[in-house]
Amino acid sequence: MAETQVAAPPKEAVPPINTWILPVVAAWFVPGLGHFLLKKTGRAALLFASIALMFLFGLFMRGMMFTPEKGADYLTSLINYGGFVCDLASGAFYLCAAVFGYSQPDMPGDVHDYGTKFLVTAGLLNILAMVDAFEIAAKKRD
Amino acid sequence: MPRVNLSHFEAAVLFSLLASVVLGITTKKTTRERLNYGAYCFGCFVFALFAIGWAMKLGHG
Repeated sequence: MAETQVAAPPKEAVPPINTWILPVVAAWFVPGLGHFLLKKTGRAALLFASIALMFLFGLFMRGMMFTPEKGADYLTSLINYGGFVCDLASGAFYLCAAVFGYSQPDMPGDVHDYGTKFLVTAGLLNILAMVDAFEIAAKKRD
Repeated sequence: MPRVNLSHFEAAVLFSLLASVVLGITTKKTTRERLNYGAYCFGCFVFALFAIGWAMKLGHG
């Protein structure tokens, strides 16, 4: 019986870094700025408004900012480091909050807990916006 | 800095709305698809909110 070999799909070449680095870094620093630089102003405004509101409500609900520190066990360390990376992904919002001394200890209560989740999710949503800015800059989508 | 005390329901709906907007924008290619997907995500969030809420209430007896 003749063997049929299926050729692997060709790998997509990574686009040159100078085509996408500025929009991606801008998208990290100010949510929506990457889209704005790529002339997608409507989407940029919506991304900025959504992520900014998510972050601000997180602050107004006195959510906790994670710090990169080792916990008592592996899971706690993972949550601390992962939460810190997500907080940092909010870019200028996180940096401003840190510079102006926002510091909220982890407290019991559903409002504080929601605030912490809002802060983390703002960063996660900004990572999605950064990936989208990369794809637009690399001409993988419009 | 102002302090906001949202109820569980208000916070969950606000979260759903803001997350749905970003999910719609970043995952679909046309404006119509984005609107549809954003509305779909919001509906799923709210459905899950009620479904899990009722499941917890019934589970606790």
